[in-house]
Amino acid sequence: MPTPRTSGGAERFELNAGRLDLSPEDMLEMYSTMVLVRALDERIWLMNRQGKAAIVASCQGHEAAQLGAVWAMRQAPSAAYFPYYRDMALAIGLGVTPKETMLGFLAKEGERHSGARQFGLQGIRPDLKLFNNSNVVSTQIPHAVGYALGCKLSREPAAVITCFGDGGASQGDCHEGMNFAAVHKLPVIFFCENNRYAISVPLHKQMAVEHVADRAPGYGMAGVIVDGTDILATYQATQKAVQRALRGEGPTLLEAKVERYLPHTSDDDDTRYRPREEVQEARKHDPLRLFRELLLGKGILTEALDQRFQQQAKAEVNEATEFAEQAPYPEPDDFYEHVYGRV
Amino acid sequence: MPIKSVIEAVREAMYEEMTRDPRVFVLGEDVGKRGGVFLATQGFLEAFGEARVIDTPLAESAIAGIALGAALQGQRPIAEIEFADFVWPAVNQVIGEAARLRYGSRGQAHLPMVVRMPYGGGIRGGLYHSQSVEAFFAHVPGLKVVTPATPYDAKGLLKAAIRDEDPVVFLEHKKTYRLVRGEVPAEEYVLPIGVADVKREGTTLTCITYGLMLHYCLEAAQTVAQEGISVEVIDLRTVRPLDTQAILDSVRKTSRALVVYEDNKMLGVGAEVAAVIAEEAFDSLDAPVTRLAGPEVPAMPFAPTLESVFMLNPEKIAEGMRKVARY
Repeated sequence: MPTPRTSGGAERFELNAGRLDLSPEDMLEMYSTMVLVRALDERIWLMNRQGKAAIVASCQGHEAAQLGAVWAMRQAPSAAYFPYYRDMALAIGLGVTPKETMLGFLAKEGERHSGARQFGLQGIRPDLKLFNNSNVVSTQIPHAVGYALGCKLSREPAAVITCFGDGGASQGDCHEGMNFAAVHKLPVIFFCENNRYAISVPLHKQMAVEHVADRAPGYGMAGVIVDGTDILATYQATQKAVQRALRGEGPTLLEAKVERYLPHTSDDDDTRYRPREEVQEARKHDPLRLFRELLLGKGILTEALDQRFQQQAKAEVNEATEFAEQAPYPEPDDFYEHVYGRV
Repeated sequence: MPIKSVIEAVREAMYEEMTRDPRVFVLGEDVGKRGGVFLATQGFLEAFGEARVIDTPLAESAIAGIALGAALQGQRPIAEIEFADFVWPAVNQVIGEAARLRYGSRGQAHLPMVVRMPYGGGIRGGLYHSQSVEAFFAHVPGLKVVTPATPYDAKGLLKAAIRDEDPVVFLEHKKTYRLVRGEVPAEEYVLPIGVADVKREGTTLTCITYGLMLHYCLEAAQTVAQEGISVEVIDLRTVRPLDTQAILDSVRKTSRALVVYEDNKMLGVGAEVAAVIAEEAFDSLDAPVTRLAGPEVPAMPFAPTLESVFMLNPEKIAEGMRKVARY
C-alpha cells in the first residue's frame, strides 16, 4: 500500500497496530504517567491562581505527544533531549519527579535544573541529558543539532530530540538547524508540537503551508505528520524516526498535531483571541480520555485500576505540593557563583 | 626565536590544539578547502579531515548554536565567524545562550567553546568589513573577550581560549594579520586570559589600549619620547575580564591616563577603563582621564579620505599624548 502523503509531500503516519511492540504493562505505565502529568499540571495551574507559582506554561492537550515521543526515545542506546517550555510531560516521562517539578514552579531550594534561577523545569539535568536552558524560542534547535554532531564526531550511537511549537517553526534558528542536520545526516528528531497557536497568532498567519512537516522535503529530510493526541501512534512514529537516526539515515521532522487547552501561559488570557467553542471542541480530543477509552475497550485497563491510578496520582501530587510548599526559598549564598568556572 | 605573523600564530595555535586534543574541531564558512578567507585554517582539511574541519552553510546563528550544542556533548569547538561584521545573527546564541548557560544551570553544565572573529578597520573594508564589536560582548558576564595584538599574544591566548572551560570570544584585528610580525617561541606556551601586559615602560603618562591601536600607540610613544614625554603603554590583551590591577598600578605611578581604542567612543571598552580609573585612582590623577577613540558614526566609510577620518593613527595619538602630558 502506498504511504499516504499530504500535497506538500509529508507522510501521514498511521498506527500499525500489528507492529506495536508495547506490552499491556507498558501501556498501563504510559497511561498512569499521563494521569500523573495531568494531575500535576492542573495543580500547578491552581497554585499559580493562588499566587504560589509565579508562572506556568501548561502542557494539557500535549501529553500524549510528549509521552509517546519520550517512550520511543528511551529505547535509543543514548538519547539527549532539547525540549521547550511546554514539555512537562516529556520531563516526567524521562524521570523528573513531581517533587522536583513542584520545587521548580515554586522556585524553592533543592530545585535540580537551575537551582531555582530559572522558571520551572528550565535548566539542565546532566543525569537525564535533559537540556532546557532557554526561554527564547527555538534557540534549542541548533543546540540539539550541535549535540548530535558531537555524537557523530565521537562515534556515539545516539538519537537527539528537540521539541518546539508551531510558533517556533518560524524562527531562523529552526531553519538553520534543520538545514545543517540534513546536510550532515545527523541523528536528530525535530519534534513540532503543533497546537495551531503562537500565543494568540493562529497558524494561517504564521505560515502559508498547511503543515510544518511539508517543509521537510525542502530540506531533504523525512517529514512525518502524526496525530499527537494518540499516544500509541506518536510512540510508533517517533520510534521510526529514532531508528532512522540510529541507522545513519539522518533527521526527521515529526509534526504532532495537538491541542492547547489553556492559554499560552498563566499570564495569558485566551478569551481575547480564541472562541470558547473552539476550546470545547479541542477538549473532545483529550488525549487522556482517548487513551483511557482505548485501554478500557481493550480490557487492559479496568475502572478499578483507573481509580487506583487517579488516587495514586493525587497522593503523589499532594505530597509534592506539601513538600515544595514547606521547602525554603534558596538563600543567595551562591548568587555570584557559576558565572565562570573556578580558575 | 622564529618570527611569525599574527595569522601564522593563530593558525599554529589551532593546529597544535587540534593535534593535542581530538575533541577540538573547527567550523565556519570557507574553513575547509579555502582554508578560511584569511587562511587561518590553511592545510587543516588535509591534516584533520572533513569531520573536524567543517565548512558550514552561510548561517552564523547555526555556527554559534551548533558549537554550543557540540560543547554540551563534550567537544571543544572553535567557531569561526568570517568577519565580525557578520556576527549579529549569532549574537543571540553567544550572548543570550552561551554566556548564560553555566549560570542558568547553576553550574551543572558549561561550554568550552571559542568564537573567533576578525574585526577592526583600516583595510578599506567599508561599513561591513571594518566593525569593532568587542564592547557588545564585553558587556556580558559569562563571556571572556580576548583581543590580542601581537603574534606571541595571539598564539598563547588562543591556546588558552581553546583550553578554557567557558565561552571565549576571540577577536583578531584583521589589519594585524599580516602587518604585524614578531617572535613566537618554537616551544609550547600558553598565556593567561585576563592579564594585561606592559608593552613599554614610562613615567609621564599611562596609555591603555588593545588590538591594532597598540601598535599605533607604541609608535606615538616613540615619537613623543624625543620630546621628553615618557609613555607607559599597557596592552589590555583581554577586555573581559579586565585587568584593573595592571591599569591602576600604572596610573598610580604616572598620574595621567590616556585610553585609546578604535571603536566609537561612547560606551566602548575605554569608557569602562576610564571609569575604573576615576573611581579607584582619583587621588593619584594630575590630569583628566582622557579617551581617544573612534567617531560617533555608525560604521567606517569606504573611501580612503573618509576611512582616514574614522581611524586613529600614530600622529593623532601622539597629539593626544602631548595634551595629557601638558595638562
